[in-house]
Amino acid sequence: MKSASDPVSVEINKTSGVVPAGTTVAAAIMLLSNGLPRLRESITGTPRGALCGMGTCHECRVTIDEVAQRRSCLVECRPGMRIQTDGL
Amino acid sequence: MLASREQLADTWDCVIVGGGIVGTACARRLAGLGDRCLIIEPRSIGGGATAAGMGHVVVMDDSQAQFVLTKLSRDLWDELSRAIPASVGMRHRGTLWIASDREEMDGAEAKEKFYRQRNVVAEILSPGELYRREPNLRPGLAGALLVPGDSVVYPPVMARWLLDEACQRGARLLTHAAVSAINTGHVVLTDGTTVRARRIVNAAGMHAAILTPGLPIRARKGHLAITDRYPSFCGHQLVELGYLKNAHSHDRESVAFNVQPRETGQLLIGSSRQYDTEGPEVEPRILARMLGRAIEFMPGVASLSTIRVWAGFRAATPDSLPIIGPHESNENLFLACGHEGLGITTSLGTAEVLAAMMHGTTPPIPCEPYLHSRFTRRVEHA
Amino acid sequence: MGSEHTHDVVVVGAGPAGIAAACAAAESGARVAVLDENLAPGGQIWRRTTHGPAAEWLARARSAGAEFFCGAAVYSASAAPTDLLSPRIELRAEINDTSRRFSAGRVILAVGARELFLPFPGWTLPNIFGVGGLQALAKGGMPIADRNILIVGTGPLLLAVAEYVHTHGGRVVGIAEQAPAAAMRRFAAGLWRHPSKLAQGLKLKAALTGVPHWNNTWPVEACGDSAVRRVRLTDGSRSWWVRCDMLACGFGLVPNLQLPALLGCRTHEHRGQRVVAVDEHQQSSVANIFCAGEPAGIGGVDVALVEGLIAGYCAVNNRSAAVSHFARRDSERGFAARLHAAFQLRPELRVLADESTIVCRCEDVTMRAIAGCDSWRDAKLQTRCGMGPCQGRICGPAIEHMLGWPAHDIRPPLQPVTIGTLAAQ
Repeated sequence: MKSASDPVSVEINKTSGVVPAGTTVAAAIMLLSNGLPRLRESITGTPRGALCGMGTCHECRVTIDEVAQRRSCLVECRPGMRIQTDGL
Repeated sequence: MLASREQLADTWDCVIVGGGIVGTACARRLAGLGDRCLIIEPRSIGGGATAAGMGHVVVMDDSQAQFVLTKLSRDLWDELSRAIPASVGMRHRGTLWIASDREEMDGAEAKEKFYRQRNVVAEILSPGELYRREPNLRPGLAGALLVPGDSVVYPPVMARWLLDEACQRGARLLTHAAVSAINTGHVVLTDGTTVRARRIVNAAGMHAAILTPGLPIRARKGHLAITDRYPSFCGHQLVELGYLKNAHSHDRESVAFNVQPRETGQLLIGSSRQYDTEGPEVEPRILARMLGRAIEFMPGVASLSTIRVWAGFRAATPDSLPIIGPHESNENLFLACGHEGLGITTSLGTAEVLAAMMHGTTPPIPCEPYLHSRFTRRVEHA
Repeated sequence: MGSEHTHDVVVVGAGPAGIAAACAAAESGARVAVLDENLAPGGQIWRRTTHGPAAEWLARARSAGAEFFCGAAVYSASAAPTDLLSPRIELRAEINDTSRRFSAGRVILAVGARELFLPFPGWTLPNIFGVGGLQALAKGGMPIADRNILIVGTGPLLLAVAEYVHTHGGRVVGIAEQAPAAAMRRFAAGLWRHPSKLAQGLKLKAALTGVPHWNNTWPVEACGDSAVRRVRLTDGSRSWWVRCDMLACGFGLVPNLQLPALLGCRTHEHRGQRVVAVDEHQQSSVANIFCAGEPAGIGGVDVALVEGLIAGYCAVNNRSAAVSHFARRDSERGFAARLHAAFQLRPELRVLADESTIVCRCEDVTMRAIAGCDSWRDAKLQTRCGMGPCQGRICGPAIEHMLGWPAHDIRPPLQPVTIGTLAAQ
């Protein structure tokens, strides 16, 4: 029987992974990316990760379940979430 | 580039009131013909209607006069396209005039014929051909007219470039200074300074009628919204043909579907028209109507993230043509104003026509339709 | 049209100030809603805190009947009365991509603050975070155990986050504070007035023995390829490199003034920053709108709590309860003043950026491009700095600090919201 504290399975750039319950999408990307902390590319193509952790800087935007430009530090992982990095 | 104190005391060949895209285009042209020009701008270059609008470069067919001016202007933009910097973001996206029903499709075909007769490339698209190009449009549309030669640009940077060009040809700039009165042979600034000029050009946008009383210019408010980046969402400037009913209507308020992909991948969404409102603030009700219209045509728009929303004023004349040329009763005052929603496009054509009139050469197009005297002549006949 | 909610009092922000305000108002009998865009109440300092004072305050607010709406981003507001008989303040929030309207007779703005980022070469590399930012991300599950973490900037937050890192298995490779040691000693000497803070400070110090701690030190540049690898620090005369996996860098806090400004609340200059002007009842210049905590002047959690209580009581005309907290507020504000004096930004920090440093991260606009403009508005139009999704929240304070241009022009939406939300009004 699933409980709120069960680990959560998500898909990042088409690769599945498991993270602890309550993990934000931003943290999940960092946990599952083997140390590659890039969440997106800036408008001139430089790699960017999260900065402010509180939804202000918008550097952590990724595509979640086909909706682009979501601030991943403000979204908690849900089972089956499909996450794509490297948007603008 | 900024005029020095000593220079302010000179008598200029031409003072241009207003540093928007029209004023700076005129300055560039006049300075290129040897006039010593001073541009006076109260805020930032390209910071008024130039910054508030949609930045499209289009040909329009509402009237022969409007067509001729927009066609001339569009050609001038194309001639300049290699010289202007990448930061202007000029892209030949083309315009798709979208028909919702058979009646609008007839309108599209009339437009196509009008353009074909005047050597403007335009192509009728069936619904299938339309959806191939723009899959995010809602199903059930009747087709469209594609005008591939139209462009989108980012106007404030273009105004800056035009200004820089003018200054390279000897023009000078006075910013954060407002003209409070245009008199014969001089303008007066709000701080009391007098600046003398042989001739004065009123390119003051929404303030033109304050500085030159009697100009038949009315404020037509518009709203716009700009989204975050969605580069593959839309590839052309999209306008509903119903827009034409909207633009000509003298109803208090109307909205029409109009979406423009910016070079940044952001989408600029419009459009709305209102007369007789004083306030510059965004009105949530009109905004909601306008965005609702956009969602009707492109349902996917509903989930796009909006970064900014704003409202601005178009300077509109009774016949929707700008006022270009000498003031009817003051031969040293010239007008370059009243461009409504076509200021970006026709800035270059305006400069060309105005410069010819000021220098006594033959203008590239007949200029009677734009003369100030067309309004006063009518009054005489009554 | 989204749903509508009517309350006696709406509190915007569920950090310490908002939670305290909700307690005071709800316990006095008012119907209270608290809106916060985060996933759970707590704001920044109490993010994901499930025990201690944070949990107690939250439990108190809930049992008093305050209704919490999380994931609620307030994007528009108006204080114009829609009904002359009962003037109401209206707030619009986006919750799960739908628009919801909240109206109340009284509103308390407890919208907190954000970190001040000063751009320097390399600051946009991945694994460079704010100081509070690193802690917030770590609380959300970002791995920090066994990482070498360098903490740079100013203020007690450096020590607090260093302790957090240490407790969670990270290796603090250095703490670089720009303030002089003498200023900090004076500040520490004044802590006798605040025994709990003194105890807290000593505890932090103890936890961090052995960690290199520099004063008078600030960053010169960060280097790395796909992420930061090393950072060069300077004290004005010599410079040295520190290798790290992560850099936490922040230079104090900036009040969030967007919603207060949109509602017409007057702001004034206070210790070098613009803050919301409030009277002794925490009332702003707009009738029925109160403000508590950081937006009225950076002061930390204890200021936020006492001001939140006062605002909550005053919002429901419970003046006698409010007055009983005035002395505590004076004391806490005194602490805040001493904090500010100790950690003022030194002149060498005026411009850490060089010509090619990116200042506006949303639009990749360099210092060179911005410095060529003559005002904030000119810079926005010509370079697009401040025109990205953060709406100038990151670059605005940096540019104001470096060039003295105040950012202005507040318009809804205060946060990016979907077209659908705006169409629903």
